[in-house]
Amino acid sequence: MTQPAMTRTVNPRARSAHDALARGLGWFSIGLGLAEILAPRALCRSLGLEGRETLVQAYGVREVATGAAILMSHDPTPWIWGRVAGDAVDLATLATGFEGDNPRAGNLALATAAVAGVTLADIVCAQGLTADKRPAPSGRFEYHNRSGFPRGLAAAHGAARDFAVPRDFRIPGPLRPWRDGRPAA
Amino acid sequence: MKALVWHGTADIRCDTVPDPTIEDGRDAIIKVTSCAICGSDLHLYDHFMPGMKSGDIMGHETMGEVVEVGRDNKALKVGDRIVVPFTIICGQCDQCKRGNFSVCERTNRNKTLADAAFGHTTAGLFGYTHLTGGYPGGQAEYLRVPFADATHIKVPKGIPDEKLLFLSDIFPTGWQAAVQCDIQPEDTVAIWGCGPVGQMAIRSAILLGAKRVIAIDRVPERLTMARAGGAETIDLNEESNVVATLNDMTNGKGPEKCIDSVGMEAHATTSLDSLYDRAKQAVMLESDRPHVLRQMIMVCRPAGVLSIPGVYGGLIDKVPFGAAMNKGLTFRMGQTHVNRWTDDLLRRIEEGQIDPSFVITHTVGLEQGPEMYRTFRDKQDGCIKVMIRP
Repeated sequence: MTQPAMTRTVNPRARSAHDALARGLGWFSIGLGLAEILAPRALCRSLGLEGRETLVQAYGVREVATGAAILMSHDPTPWIWGRVAGDAVDLATLATGFEGDNPRAGNLALATAAVAGVTLADIVCAQGLTADKRPAPSGRFEYHNRSGFPRGLAAAHGAARDFAVPRDFRIPGPLRPWRDGRPAA
Repeated sequence: MKALVWHGTADIRCDTVPDPTIEDGRDAIIKVTSCAICGSDLHLYDHFMPGMKSGDIMGHETMGEVVEVGRDNKALKVGDRIVVPFTIICGQCDQCKRGNFSVCERTNRNKTLADAAFGHTTAGLFGYTHLTGGYPGGQAEYLRVPFADATHIKVPKGIPDEKLLFLSDIFPTGWQAAVQCDIQPEDTVAIWGCGPVGQMAIRSAILLGAKRVIAIDRVPERLTMARAGGAETIDLNEESNVVATLNDMTNGKGPEKCIDSVGMEAHATTSLDSLYDRAKQAVMLESDRPHVLRQMIMVCRPAGVLSIPGVYGGLIDKVPFGAAMNKGLTFRMGQTHVNRWTDDLLRRIEEGQIDPSFVITHTVGLEQGPEMYRTFRDKQDGCIKVMIRP
């Protein structure tokens, strides 16, 4: 009798919501990175972080590379976790701007809030992608009755010993098991 | 017609495309009644295999009913029920005459590309890159079968598709993997990977009378299915040192026969050597991850056999070839010579020795195909084998 197959009704999308979020974050990463690379002076001036232009450009290269990796990889999970680490570095850098009397502290606070929001999205995405790929707990899918042998396992064992292995598929005599001082037939 | 179409990495869509037409006198067109997603399709889905183009129709496990026949095709007639082997064969070249169907010399219409990539051409394949001919695949409502007078397996009516569909690939592939081992009654056969081909290799090794079959995987439901088929199992979640475990299980001697049903995409995050492979892949210095090959070479009993049905596509690194040479190992590998085995396997299905439908875990329509690619790749929802009914 043919084994009963599970017929599933599934969402016909090629990607999960977390995959879609990852792609969005990848494009965002590239956009932000290009802004950091191309306009570091304007960015630093608006945040009161003058003198950090080279650092901001380096962060931009990191953002573009991470974004490209997210979009090109078949599994963006490690790159999204990489973004989370990058967010932490960004937040630490922004925090240094609150030291002393920063005339752009308002802008800096807005930027920090924005980065914190993106960090949250990154964490949600990374956790979601990781959960998507977590294997089901043992025993959830009961395949123990799927032997594929309609007459049972005992009857199946060796049932095809009548099969004559073609000459070109037989291993050389010296490599075959030996019985009574010669290769077994 | 509707078809599953490759658009890029992890991007397969159910599109409307033109119906196929007869292009050569030997052709036939079939109305597809069933098709399946193969583990090797995932190498295309993840874009590890080069040579795909946006717009290519996927699929190489297909069966259906003949609806049109070319004028020179005397072997088929409208209404015949056929399973389509994934290797396209001419039936006339030197290799086909020898039964080496998967290296047919005439059916790859992109021979120059294959010559450059592999040194010599191999057979044309359905839905499997332009290196193997760029033929549209069978995850569709209709399929043109080139060289159809040779490229078919006629099957009787009255047996459900579920039992016959896998004659197209995974059943003969698992069978050939076991036959390549030339299994003796004293043999222990170790099989890496309990996906669909691994499951078929387990059943084949049992049918051919192996003393012990030991299957290796990390996915619980696949291990359960392997045990159902008569294998002992090694759960990679519990045993990280496969070589030591296999040696322990065989009194330190190692298994006589080893089968790699994993291929180029071995799990990339749980061992140092596979992490190394993943890093080299990222910078285009290696195309495949030969983690299983390394383990097989190290654990196989000297003078033993390594059988490799798992697909490799390009270059591999840090393979302990010195161990392989000094241990006198025999390597047997290749795409499957499907038609060489299918008469015998069809008889075994008809006689009730085996029912390959045991492996089907999901049955869906074409529209749900794109989602099922992801589910299958990520081993979610207990997915082991997806059957599609267009």
